[in-house]
This record gives sequence, C-alpha cells and structure tokens, in this order.
Amino acid sequence: MNADASLAAPITAFPIVALVGNPNCGKTALFNALTGSRQKVANYPGVTVEKKVGRVTTPAGRSLQIVDLPGTYSLRARSPDEEITRDAVLGQLRGEAAPDLIVCVADASNLRLALRLALELKRVGRPVVLSLNMMDIARKRGIEIDAGRLARELGLPVVSSVAVRRGGTDALLSEIDRTFAGLPMAGISSWSAPGAGELRNTQREADRLLAAAVRGSGERDAGTARIDSILLHPVAGLVILLAILFVMFQAVFAWAEPAMNAIEAGFAWLGLLVERAPLPELLKSFLKDGLIGGVGSVIVFLPQIVILFFFILVLEDLGYMARAAFLMDRIMGGAGLHGRAFIPLLSSFACAIPGVMATRVIDDRRDRLTTILVAPLMTCSARIPVYTLIIGAFIPDTEVWGFIGLQGLVMFGLYAIGIASALGVSFVIKRLIWRGVPGEPFMLELPDYKIPRIRSLAIGLWTRAAIFLKRAGTIILAMMVLIWVLASFPQPPDGATEPAISYSLAATIGSAMQPITAPLGFNWQINVALIPGMAAREVAVGSLGTIYSISGGEEAADKIGQALAGHWSLATALALLAWYVFAPQCAATLAVIRRETGSWKWMGVTFFYMLALAYVAALATYQIASALS
Amino acid sequence: MGFRGWIHALSVGSDSTGLPGAELERRLIELGFVEGARVELLHEGLFGGDPIAVRVAQATIALRRQEAMSIMVNEEAPA
Repeated sequence: MNADASLAAPITAFPIVALVGNPNCGKTALFNALTGSRQKVANYPGVTVEKKVGRVTTPAGRSLQIVDLPGTYSLRARSPDEEITRDAVLGQLRGEAAPDLIVCVADASNLRLALRLALELKRVGRPVVLSLNMMDIARKRGIEIDAGRLARELGLPVVSSVAVRRGGTDALLSEIDRTFAGLPMAGISSWSAPGAGELRNTQREADRLLAAAVRGSGERDAGTARIDSILLHPVAGLVILLAILFVMFQAVFAWAEPAMNAIEAGFAWLGLLVERAPLPELLKSFLKDGLIGGVGSVIVFLPQIVILFFFILVLEDLGYMARAAFLMDRIMGGAGLHGRAFIPLLSSFACAIPGVMATRVIDDRRDRLTTILVAPLMTCSARIPVYTLIIGAFIPDTEVWGFIGLQGLVMFGLYAIGIASALGVSFVIKRLIWRGVPGEPFMLELPDYKIPRIRSLAIGLWTRAAIFLKRAGTIILAMMVLIWVLASFPQPPDGATEPAISYSLAATIGSAMQPITAPLGFNWQINVALIPGMAAREVAVGSLGTIYSISGGEEAADKIGQALAGHWSLATALALLAWYVFAPQCAATLAVIRRETGSWKWMGVTFFYMLALAYVAALATYQIASALS
Repeated sequence: MGFRGWIHALSVGSDSTGLPGAELERRLIELGFVEGARVELLHEGLFGGDPIAVRVAQATIALRRQEAMSIMVNEEAPA
C-alpha cells in the first residue's frame, strides 16, 4: 500500500465506483477485498479527510477506480467526514468527478438503517447497487434474505458479498459489469436534506421492505449478548476496561524486548563495521555516531509501536472501541468531554496526529475543539523511547508485590498522569471557555462483536509501521545529522582538555538556555536534545546518544542509558519525565491542529498552555525530588 | 433493565439537550427510533444509570438518558 500524496493521473480516467454505507458495515474490508494492495491513501484537497482510492479490474476486463467513503447514516452530513461522503456522492467535491456508480454497502445482519440509506441514495439519480455484505454471518444467524424480492421492491440490483472470503466479491463485480454494460445514465438528483417527516417516511418504507424480504432478523446475536452482559456490566465492564489498558502497557514493555535487543545488536554490529573501516576519523564519527547511532536508537522502538497499534487495531476490529466509549461517557462527561472523544483520545496513545484527525467523528464544534486541545496530552508512542530510556536508566528493575514490574508500573503511572491532566484541562476548558453551553448528545451504535481478520490487521499494522519508518528515514534522519553537526563543529582546538563537544555550537546553545532550565535541573546536554525534539519527540533520545557518545568517548557509546545514569541525578531524570508528559514538543501535531481547527489561535493556545504546564510540572518535580533526596 | 415496549412518539419539544428539538428528532430517526419500532433497555452505565444501551429493532444504540427522554414508549404493541 502506498501512502502517496498525488494520485497518478491515468487512474482518474477510469469510471468511479463509490462505496457508501453505515459505520461498521464492513465497507473497508470490502474495499480491501476488491482492491487488494492496489490502493492509495491521500487527503481530499483542503481538508484532512482520508481519501482511499484503489483500482480493480472486473471479470469483463473493465478497469475501475474504487473510492471508500467515510461511513454515514444519512447524506445529511453532521461532521466533516460525513460532508465528504455527501459531497463526493453528489459530485460537489472540488476537483473530483461524481461517481459513475454507487455501491451501497450493508451489513446483511443489520439491514434496517442501511435500507433507509439505500432509499436515500436512490434519490441522487445515479446508478446504485446494494451489496449485502457479511452474508456468511447473517446466514449463520438464521437470517434469510429474499434478494430477488428485495431488489424488486427496492428497485435496485441487490447482490451478496463476503469480503473476507476468496471469491466473495465475484457477484458484486459481475453486477457492476452488468450495470456498466447497460450504459448507465446519471439522472437528475432529486436529493435535498430530508426533514424529520421525510426521514420517518423513508424509515417506514425500509421497515416495510424488511418485513417483506427478510426473515428472522430481529433477534440479537447471542454471542454479542453474552459478551456484553459482562463487558458492559456497570462495574465489571469498567474493571475489565482498565485491565485491558493495563495489560496493553505491560505488553508494550515485555513482548517487545527480544525484538528490541535484536535490533540493538544489529545496529551495534553496523557501528563496529564502520569503526574498522579505513575511513577518516570525522567521516567515521558521522556514520557511526550521527547516522547509525541516531537512527538506530529510534528504530529500536518499532516493536513497541507495532505492539501498541496491534492492540488498538484488534480492539477496533472486535467492536470493543464503541463499548469503551459507552463505559467512559459519564466519566469523560464529568470532565467536559464527549463519550465519542474516547476513540480519538485512545488513538492519541499511538500518535496525536491520527487522534486529532479522528476528532472528526465528533459532530459538535466545541466538543471537537476541547478534544483536539487535550489530545496531545495523551501519551503518544513517540514519548515511549524517551520514557523507556529514562526509566531503564533510573528505575530499578524490581517487582512490586512479587509480580508487577516496577518499571512497567512507572510507565503506567506516566500514562495515568497524561490521562488525568487531559481530563483536568478539558474540565477547565468546559468551565472557562464554554461556560453555560449544553453539550452535544452522545449517540453511538454498538456493533456486534466480530473476530478480527489477520489480513486487515496486517494491512493496518504495515501502514503504521511504514509511516514510522518513513519518519525515521526522513525527518528524524535529517535531525540526527543536524545534531551531529551542531555537536561536532566547531572542532576543539589543538591541545584541548575538555571533551570535544564542549567547544561545539551545541554547547553554546545549551548554555544560553541554561538560566531558563536550571531550576528544572536540566543541564546543557538536555537543552540541546530538546531543540531537535521539537521536530519529533523521539529524536531527543538519538540526540542524547549523539551528544553523550561524542562527549563521553568509546565506553559510553554502547549504552545511552548507562551514560545518562552517570551524568544525571534522579531528580533531573524525574523532572525530564514530567516535562515530557506535558511539553508541546511536536511540530507535526501543532501543524495538524492548525489545519483541523483552521486557525492559528487554537494552535497557539495548545502550544502555550502545554509549555506552561510542562515548565511548572518539571519545576515542581525537580524541586521536590531534590529536597527529598 | 430489560424494559421493553414500542415507540409511540418522539417528543422533542424542549431543548433541554444541546441540540434544537428538530435536529435531535432527525438524529433519533436516523438511528432507527421511529414510531412503531420495538425497543428494549439492555445496559445502563455505572453512574446514575447513564448512558444506556437500547435495542431498537435490530440495532443496539448507546445514548444518554437526557436524549432518551424524548422517546415515548408504550408497553403494548401498536395496533
């Protein structure tokens, strides 16, 4: 899968087939099944809604462009995501052609709301095919659908599909062929935003179709009912949710270790190769300390990031995320957040950028802004390298109560502080900025549980890993080179007694910041690492490695952690952890906030409130820890 | 819990919620809350029994009590 910004020109010449459907109808699985690896992810111009386009060749040899549109219950858009779906369907999107064919994707075991959407899509005046997806599950649950009857009553071709089975999309592709062979003509759209009366009448018509063509569809899925009786239990449900989060963070530490050790060993071996090569000293230093050391110290965290995303994707595919939102709604509501904010905030554990972008599921502008402002407080995966490094160096690897690792516990604590501060800040925003304005209602469908598919997990994990590696290969690499230059030049004079880095530009900059950061216990090496950390938080780790391996000579180069433990006091380490919980150290996140809110003001608000929190937190931590020790 | 019935009206007169009544009515209908639909209360949250999860026809919808108050339910099947 390519995350290419520009879609190749020839693709646009093919007829466009748009996939439209309710949330959780299996639309994306169908899209993956149709297009396989021939898909591209880009953004619609001017907005940050993901545009997923893929190519497919039908049995008749027709090449088509398939567009996966955001899920919706109605073309009456209430959020930016749904506006994209509406405008794309109506052909009102700037620079985008209208679809030649609309495939209305429906969960065959949950047809009622989908049929209403299908009736609404009919009014757009373009050819529509109704695809009954997940037919295998519907059949297993004893749901019988008379597709012929449904097609006659609905006035649309109806096919069944099983996205996750080989050949499961054959019927859909043949029907698409048949439709195009009949030279479909786009009629005039008679769609306009429906009022309550019209929605009601359409739903009644959908209910009539359902009664006529579907048997045995009213029953609740027995498995889902059983699982929900535990997972949505008022007390047990919350306990299990907390347990899941706890296991997730312990796993990030425990499971990743073998892979991390292997990656570390690999980069150490590369460094040794360079060391033995007949090259000039300065070039050796650049390759070994700048490139290999710098990039290696970031890539080593790939296993942890993959494990975290694995959990998030599994929970999402299972259908658990909506349950988590249900369980958390009241707690988050108390803090002034919408229950739907749970999913964007949970995504922010991976990275604030998808988190901020995921706030588009929140319809109300105020609720959305609040969520955007606090999303960067959630502990993103880029903080993991920094946390791991400092915890590994300063927190003893012992066990509490005999079975909980102390290091994992501290990590959990840092996550908890991030969550608590996000709730606290949103509480303040609600009281100060949105005083007296009632909140948006919380309404969310709880889909039936589904077993996640390996294939879709693999595609999702691969996309995330690729994004991280691409960052490591571009921004982070460039920053590492910059740091190496700052730390290496000017070169020390002949007969210098201090380590070489003391004479460098980096030392000058770090010393200049000293008066501001001294009360936090930060030395100039930390100051230097904080600057490139603005580009990407995890860069700070590589920077510290570069700075200390250059200043500390060969013996310190093996392990950055050992070097840190030798140079810093515990109070300094704790203060840096506190700083990292809050600091707005990510230019990319700030850029996304600016884009999503459409204003510099909210970006500025985010930056300064986080900076202030970070300074105060680090100051308090350092002063208290110093006083205690 | 376990309360069942049939919707006989949507009554969104007051705007006690964050939405104007007409908009709340449209959103409820889009999630399947129309007159005559069968509903059953499935789950309640820990704090004040809020939010609630409701089975409406063949879908399960989570919503807060405040909004659910607009859905008038009879225990007898509509004629």
